[in-house]
Amino acid sequence: MEPLNIYASRLVNKQEYFTPGHKACQGCAEALAVRLVAKALGPNTVVASATGCMEVVSSAYPHTSWGVPWIHVAFENAAAVASGVEAGFKALVRKGKIPDQKTTILGMGGDGATADIGFQALSGALERGHDFVYVCYDNEAYMNTGIQRSSSTPYGASTTTSPAGKVKPGQLTWKKNMAAIAVAHEIPYVATACASYPMDLIEKVEKAAAMEGPAYVHILSVCPTGWRIPTKKAIWIGRLAVETGVFPLFEVVNGRYKLSFDQELRPVKEYLKPQGRFRHLTDEMIDTIQKRTNSDFEKLRIKAGAKT
Amino acid sequence: MKKVLMGNHAASWGAKLSRVRMIAAYPITPQTHIVEELSEMCSDGRLDAKFLKVESEHSAMASVIASETTGVRSFTASSSNGLALMHEMLHWAAGARLPIVMVNVNRALAPGWNIWADQGDSLAQRDTGWIQIYVEDNQEVLDSVIQGYRIAEQVNLPVMVCYDAFFLSHTYEPVDIPDQESVDSWLPSFEPDNFLDPENPKAYYGLVMPDNYMEMRYRLQQAHEAAKRVVSEVGNSFGNHFGRPYDLVETIHCDDAETVLITSSSATSPARLVVDKLRDAGRKIGLLKMRVFRPFPTEIVQEILGNKKTAIVIDRNCSWGKGGIFADEIKGAINNLSNRPMVYSFIAGLGGRGITPDLIEDIVKQVENSESPATSSEWIGLKPFN
Repeated sequence: MEPLNIYASRLVNKQEYFTPGHKACQGCAEALAVRLVAKALGPNTVVASATGCMEVVSSAYPHTSWGVPWIHVAFENAAAVASGVEAGFKALVRKGKIPDQKTTILGMGGDGATADIGFQALSGALERGHDFVYVCYDNEAYMNTGIQRSSSTPYGASTTTSPAGKVKPGQLTWKKNMAAIAVAHEIPYVATACASYPMDLIEKVEKAAAMEGPAYVHILSVCPTGWRIPTKKAIWIGRLAVETGVFPLFEVVNGRYKLSFDQELRPVKEYLKPQGRFRHLTDEMIDTIQKRTNSDFEKLRIKAGAKT
Repeated sequence: MKKVLMGNHAASWGAKLSRVRMIAAYPITPQTHIVEELSEMCSDGRLDAKFLKVESEHSAMASVIASETTGVRSFTASSSNGLALMHEMLHWAAGARLPIVMVNVNRALAPGWNIWADQGDSLAQRDTGWIQIYVEDNQEVLDSVIQGYRIAEQVNLPVMVCYDAFFLSHTYEPVDIPDQESVDSWLPSFEPDNFLDPENPKAYYGLVMPDNYMEMRYRLQQAHEAAKRVVSEVGNSFGNHFGRPYDLVETIHCDDAETVLITSSSATSPARLVVDKLRDAGRKIGLLKMRVFRPFPTEIVQEILGNKKTAIVIDRNCSWGKGGIFADEIKGAINNLSNRPMVYSFIAGLGGRGITPDLIEDIVKQVENSESPATSSEWIGLKPFN
């Protein structure tokens, strides 16, 4: 008998809605995540994309990589655009112009488009309770414009606007916790995922789409170009992010936390060392990250109902 | 049905009668009554539309762009700083060739914080690609919103209907509200060729390289050229149907005039009184009301001003470092004519200060007593400086 995870992959939709031929870099785990999300949502979907890597690599006129309707209206407003699409479809259904076929509206953006410039529009759309799924593809910096820091860049990472130098050792702030912020909007579904765990990702996106109301999925999207790793290591690094507890996988259904991966954590060093963006870290800084990771993970376990 | 309406409610009625199906808006003084009235219409079922109370003007225009792309007639309204916040999205709406209609209540930009009439907010959006209509009274507010959709949906350009804060927005006037059936028989339903459709997926507003961008932008300019004819045709057709014709401009006593006074928006009303009075006193003066600013009606302005001696332009706006904006555009329009008038440019009424008949008469007298125009716009009605 073959292992379940190999068998399960055969059940995944073979159809592609984010097709080959896009212009993403080699080894881009964000493009992989987009492809998996599109598979999970299927053909009855409209995508509202923020400006960013995934917009420019998939949309160069007169081509499109998308097999579903797709709309891009600038950088800071994917959630507002998704709101407008949702309202438009509701108006069309009410008018009897289209049947009520429960089209999934997907808003998507990178970490900058979500945690920084698009934060207000996202908060507004979550608060208004639109029936849509928002996916943040988090590659932890402004990769499309050339690896500038965002509020989602982790502590210690060297980027082109938080370069490691003689005085400052890279990014000095901690990663903004977008999933917790989404949970604070009291929406029915929030989850974190990573393309290194494709079955988990697909399942979560399917759940998100099935919910009535807003759902938020935060996907760690390994970027070999920006993280300074070999292109063939993207999936491996994604797994290490989860196994070290740096990026925990969990879901929050109607406010209830549940860890998707809960086992003894590997040392963060194993995750940090292979990446060029962390190559300058001292043992002391790695220790700081280790302590913070342990403490954050413990808080998450308590939220998920673990005994202290 | 005749009703006494404030300008803002005339705008709401225009949207309702146009059967808009999606409204997204953010409140800002002096626009608020428009969205309050539309909210009530939606709440009590008189208007079957989705109303998104978004968290900013930027998101209002973004979501209207999105709903219009689903093929749904959409509406928004704003003013001043709100319109300025929309600026990026205004470019997007026009570049995407979406027939959105919005109302902008002309209000001064800050600082100083000022909620009163000034055209600087919408004129700063001159180059966004929107058709801009500057209206004079509340009847024209209602009529222009309905015409706006017919114009917009013919040329695939967004339309901004602009009127002065308080002078129109909060002032009550009798307005003839047409029957819904009458509007339905004149304004066709919105049936776009392209829209977001899972049965027939298409991608909208993606990356365009230098090999195609310029052609797209040429088509945008061509659409504006075509819009001049369409605005006239729609205004004429509206007149045949509802009894109130409109055009790109309106002329009063211009045929035999030597001097033409040029105004826009609510300042036109006192100018009508002044021109009538001076006509009675035997002066050869006419009035040109600039109703449509984009597309700029160059040909008509040339035709009207071609053999005149003097043009006097009153601007409730200023392009800093240059001067009155309508005056500047009019000078540009007639520049290549061999016979053209001297153009006098006056700035008056900024931030809600009144443009009264007396003030306009003073302007005409000042022109009559001068040899030639100053090189820059003259400011009228300033208090003495220390």
